[in-house]
Amino acid sequence: MKTAEPDGATRTSRPLPDPGTCLELLETMALIRRFEEEAGRQYQRAKAGGFLHLAIGEEATIVGTTSVMREDDYLIGTYRTHGHAIARGTDPKNVMAELFGREDGTSRGRGGSMHIFDGERRFMGGYGIVGGNLPLAAGLALASDYRGTDEVTVCMFGDGASNTGNFGETMNLAALWSLPIVFILENNLYGMGTAVERHSAVTDFSKKAEGLGVPGVRADGMDVLAMRETVTEHLRIAREDRRPTLVEGFTYRYHGHSAADPQVYRTKEEVEEWRKKDPVELFADRLEAEGVLEEGQREAMRERVEARVMAAVEFADASPEPPLDTLYDNLYVVGDQVPGWYAVDERAPKPFPGERERERLEGEAMELAEAGAAYAGQAARTGRREGEEISDRDEGDAVEDQGAGEPAEDEA
Amino acid sequence: MAVLRMREALRDAMAEEMRRDEEVFVMGEDVAVFQGAFKVTEGLLDEFGEKRVRDTPISENTIVGTGVGAAMGGLRPIVELMTVNFSLLAFDQIINHAAAIPYMFNGQAKVPMVIRMPGGGGHQLGPTHSHSFEAMYLQIPGVLVACPSTPADGKGLLKAAIRDDNPVIFVEHETLYGARGDVPEDDDHLLSFGEAAIRHEGTDVTIVGILRMAHVAEQAAKTLSHEHGVEAELIDPRTLRPLDLDTILESVRKTNRLVVVEEGWPHGGVGANIAALVQEQAFDYLDAPIQRVTGADVPMPYSKRLEQSAIPHAENVVSAALATTEGAR
Repeated sequence: MKTAEPDGATRTSRPLPDPGTCLELLETMALIRRFEEEAGRQYQRAKAGGFLHLAIGEEATIVGTTSVMREDDYLIGTYRTHGHAIARGTDPKNVMAELFGREDGTSRGRGGSMHIFDGERRFMGGYGIVGGNLPLAAGLALASDYRGTDEVTVCMFGDGASNTGNFGETMNLAALWSLPIVFILENNLYGMGTAVERHSAVTDFSKKAEGLGVPGVRADGMDVLAMRETVTEHLRIAREDRRPTLVEGFTYRYHGHSAADPQVYRTKEEVEEWRKKDPVELFADRLEAEGVLEEGQREAMRERVEARVMAAVEFADASPEPPLDTLYDNLYVVGDQVPGWYAVDERAPKPFPGERERERLEGEAMELAEAGAAYAGQAARTGRREGEEISDRDEGDAVEDQGAGEPAEDEA
Repeated sequence: MAVLRMREALRDAMAEEMRRDEEVFVMGEDVAVFQGAFKVTEGLLDEFGEKRVRDTPISENTIVGTGVGAAMGGLRPIVELMTVNFSLLAFDQIINHAAAIPYMFNGQAKVPMVIRMPGGGGHQLGPTHSHSFEAMYLQIPGVLVACPSTPADGKGLLKAAIRDDNPVIFVEHETLYGARGDVPEDDDHLLSFGEAAIRHEGTDVTIVGILRMAHVAEQAAKTLSHEHGVEAELIDPRTLRPLDLDTILESVRKTNRLVVVEEGWPHGGVGANIAALVQEQAFDYLDAPIQRVTGADVPMPYSKRLEQSAIPHAENVVSAALATTEGAR
């Protein structure tokens, strides 16, 4: 039986933060837990498609980390990041809508479960390629450092990612360039279905980057307070000492790698043993025992969380499918050099309109309709060459207006 | 106008943009102290210092990925990869990340970066340093692809690429770094992507050539004119994505014949793509099958004799052009 290696203080001896913080930590973890349970259920009902990777069991690793980050710090994660987004403050409604592939999703249904993003809250994405987010984290930290800010990038990834070339390359570069990063290795003991002993020669992951210049420590990833304590110190090291470090959050996922995982690689007993260390329930028990969570509050919290999650499902279900004519949106940033619609599909006899052009067309169509004029046929556009050359008409034009071609008659 | 070599024109483009915008910086293997494997970054370290001209470890995927992250964080990185062959190590970051991020996050993030890489054969560097991957890059939605053949275009396109908000694959040709040409001295000498250059007007056959093959096409056009009385119209697309198909179509409607010349492989190549697009949209104007002149369908051999036989020459282009005009004269 694998157990978390204690890092000195224990779950019961570590002092509690103020009651408000305690309740917030608990509620965030409970919200993520319930959100993911429901996501699993919606997946079974085929409301969500693709892959669904649940982090149930790992809530303390997530919330312990995000709760001590500053708002202007960057967070970047993996394909198991519904909870990370929610912990950063993204509305569960929009995360659920993304799972449903709908218009109100965090990426308007472009990314799905594996690719949640919330730029406003500096959650810089979940990524479907194992280890793919590590170099991106180095780049985000480089941008912060380059500009002379004291923002820190927190990069979360799994034990499996530590075997990729990106891990070694990024650790070396981060240390070499003294980048302000905290790498959080979420060790849930399995890379997909392969146990750490079978996929990594070094299983004490806190040591794995040491030789590359990134020292690490192991923290109890089932204890939100342990994670907070450790990550706080490592954020300080990144922010003030300008050094990257690694925190191994020793944790466990109760569910399979994805929803389609029969879990032949581990025993039911092992899962049950870990459930006894549950990060949400045990924290709630302690808060109750120490009087922070008063009578009735636990139930009230459960009801609040339930209501928010069910509202998210309802919201996602009511959100429309993305319109088909938005297919090419945001493939390119439309600007001086690149009229987006022109770039995406040279074959189309009528160029596919990018979003800016479409908005303009819709606007024009509305105006025409309002004027009582028939607008059929007028909304088509020919290629840029029928209009003026971009380079000839850039003077005085706002950049955002240059993506669309000049109005011209349809040649068809 | 100043007469510059390609490498100087590219360096000037970077230097000017770095002076103009603090957020532009260069990184890559040996770009700083060593001044670039092909000396394209010569002098940049002295002028801009270590913060903005950064030597990296040999970690292509992470160099590109760090560039992507830095671009997401608001900087404008220019990443130099030592050869296009090494860019294969960074395919994950280029395709799964740089090209996909703006789209998959619905425009919440943008990736304004330039990835420069020299390619092409001719220096006997063998099968791991001499390839032409323009066609592979042009296949990727989300990136722009530039392939300049003259110093003026190199400068104008690189400056535009740096200012653009999309990830740009900037393909340079190793054997063109020393080529000289007139370059406008204007600090705002910018070229639009998707605007081909008609190098020479002609009436009998359209020849499209990219990178060094634009020059080979030019030699071929002279022979065609002097020895065969065939007047070729020469088009250099300059960017492959977006592609200025309109200019090619207009020319084909006039000449009714098309030859596409590239150094890359034949299958799924630049020529294959252009041939498909042209027959879809101008089939009725074609008087002869479209001819492709490509590099040989082999990994680039080392032996000088073999290497030269694997790269298109002017004679090949002449034969291809004559094949399209046969029977017409």
